[in-house]
Amino acid sequence: MRLALQTIRSQKLKSGFSLLGVFIGVASLIGAWSIVNGVNRYMTEKFAQTLYGVNTFQLRRRPMFTPNVPDSVWRAWQRRPRIRFSDAEAVEAGLTVPVVTAWQSSDNVTVSYGNKESRDIELTAASERYFDIKNLGFALGRPFTGEENRSGTPVVVLGDAVAQRLFAERAPLGKSVRIGGVPYRVIGVVTKQGSILGFPLDRFVVVPALSPAQNLVNPPGILDAFLVKARSEVEMREAISQAEGIMRGRRHLRPKQDNNFVLETSEGVQQFWAGISRILVVLLPGVVVISLVIGGIVIMNIMLMAVAERTREIGLRKSLGARRRDVLRQFLAESTAIATVGAAFGIVAGIGLTIVIDKISPLPASVSPMSIVLGVIMGAGVGVAAGVYPASRAAKLDPITALRQE
Amino acid sequence: MSLVQQFHTGDTPLPDVVILAHKLTREYDMGSELVRALRGVSVQIRKNEYVAVMGPSGSGKSTLMNLIGCLDTPTSGEYWLNGQKVSDLVDDELARIRNKEIGFVFQTFNLLPRADALHNVELPLIYAGISARQRRERAARALNRVGLGDRMDHKPNELSGGQRQRVAIARALVNEPSILLADEPTGNLDSTTSAEIMDVFADLHGQGQTVVMVTHEHDIAAHAARVVTLRDGVVATDQRQAA
Repeated sequence: MRLALQTIRSQKLKSGFSLLGVFIGVASLIGAWSIVNGVNRYMTEKFAQTLYGVNTFQLRRRPMFTPNVPDSVWRAWQRRPRIRFSDAEAVEAGLTVPVVTAWQSSDNVTVSYGNKESRDIELTAASERYFDIKNLGFALGRPFTGEENRSGTPVVVLGDAVAQRLFAERAPLGKSVRIGGVPYRVIGVVTKQGSILGFPLDRFVVVPALSPAQNLVNPPGILDAFLVKARSEVEMREAISQAEGIMRGRRHLRPKQDNNFVLETSEGVQQFWAGISRILVVLLPGVVVISLVIGGIVIMNIMLMAVAERTREIGLRKSLGARRRDVLRQFLAESTAIATVGAAFGIVAGIGLTIVIDKISPLPASVSPMSIVLGVIMGAGVGVAAGVYPASRAAKLDPITALRQE
Repeated sequence: MSLVQQFHTGDTPLPDVVILAHKLTREYDMGSELVRALRGVSVQIRKNEYVAVMGPSGSGKSTLMNLIGCLDTPTSGEYWLNGQKVSDLVDDELARIRNKEIGFVFQTFNLLPRADALHNVELPLIYAGISARQRRERAARALNRVGLGDRMDHKPNELSGGQRQRVAIARALVNEPSILLADEPTGNLDSTTSAEIMDVFADLHGQGQTVVMVTHEHDIAAHAARVVTLRDGVVATDQRQAA
């Protein structure tokens, strides 16, 4: 081992290259793994729940997340009847499980205050329990009431980003902002939600479902989604099946006909994400494995060169009494040491990379201990694997021919 | 005059016979032709002899030297080294014999260029499995024996040719081998330095070391007490001479 380290020290350049190979492999392994790991946790723990809420389902015309659907499916969705106020009322009236419900319709608009504008803001026309279902807390003021909702009072709740943009340091409550030319009185500001995968979550305003702005988001009597939150998963399942029956009845669907609406839970998004993450989990480490294999080939080449260059030395060692396994061990130790040192640096860099990614990019990344274990195993494994062939070649050298070599 | 006891297959050598070669042959299959490098060499060397093996190139002296050095095994015949029959040993056993019984000195020194003198001398002890502290002690003693006690931490490129060969001799001696086996030890040295190295050999011989030296130079062979000459794979002459 001491011998191996000595050789590595004395052959800095070559060792450096193979070290680099393993280093990059392990660092990218940990980096890639950590991103997948972090995003994965984020998606399952936070994302789905932020968008849907716990034990909540939505009655919609089509799924909210529609990755890569064929045109024909998309067109079929577009032909479906939309969800009407009357649908929402019927479902709410028909459910026997205790639930909290809300209406929701959204579109992007410009919100202005005085001469300040905030563009591309998601305007949501919703009923009063929307804030409960979405679990939105208030930094200032209050949500609108059921009374304000039903009467269509022009009041508005601002997302943090909108409040910052329009009011900066001034107090927004009681001020009047304009949405679609109509003045709305600010009654509350929602606490900062941050961002998800780089998408800001604070660029929104919420107005009562029946306020004048409803015409900005949907035709009269139409809503995007009817949100239903149950107290538990079991009750949610029950509510879904009841809602399905009610809707099928209202749509006059025959037993064999498919639903022309969806009842979507956060599972839907999670499944969508699981699909992506499966690809990433296979693809990213795949890339990493390729780079490790290349690193291994580099090491093997370098070790083969070392064997060729040091043929005389091997012959000498053998003539001095080194057995095959001594020579084998020496060369294996060399390549393993290179790979292990490379892996060690790789781990440090990988963790560093992960932290940097987490800090400066929107991707949430967290170091997975599994990836470190795997990094070490793969680093050392590559070293051993790449060292075996050159080492066995060295061990098998005939001392006479080896000594004669110039 | 016969220098040795008559030896027959199945016999055991006398206790003071360090090297006993009996009808050694070595053939190389070179594909199209069979090269018969040794055609039946019988030689006995006793403890504390100083023998030079001579012969023109192609006479088989290198082959004999490889067999004596346990770097190679004979096609037929017996080879006994220090009372042990080594002609039918396998690779790793030969490695052990080389480590314990033989001290090689090469024409080109064959020192590890990046290791200092002490570490070079330590090498055989590493393969003998001796502890680091003992290794250093014994390597230092061996270097003192060849007069290089003050050069232990020098790398080979910081030493003169003669000094390098002394390091190589110290390395050969460090395991206290049965024979010191030198292959053209002065081939890369000028005549003054050669004389120095020959003095070292004479000293070691004087201290009881058995020395076998392969050379083609008559004035180097003249330092030995006995000269074995090979020609065409057989022993041509085997003579004692006055030192």
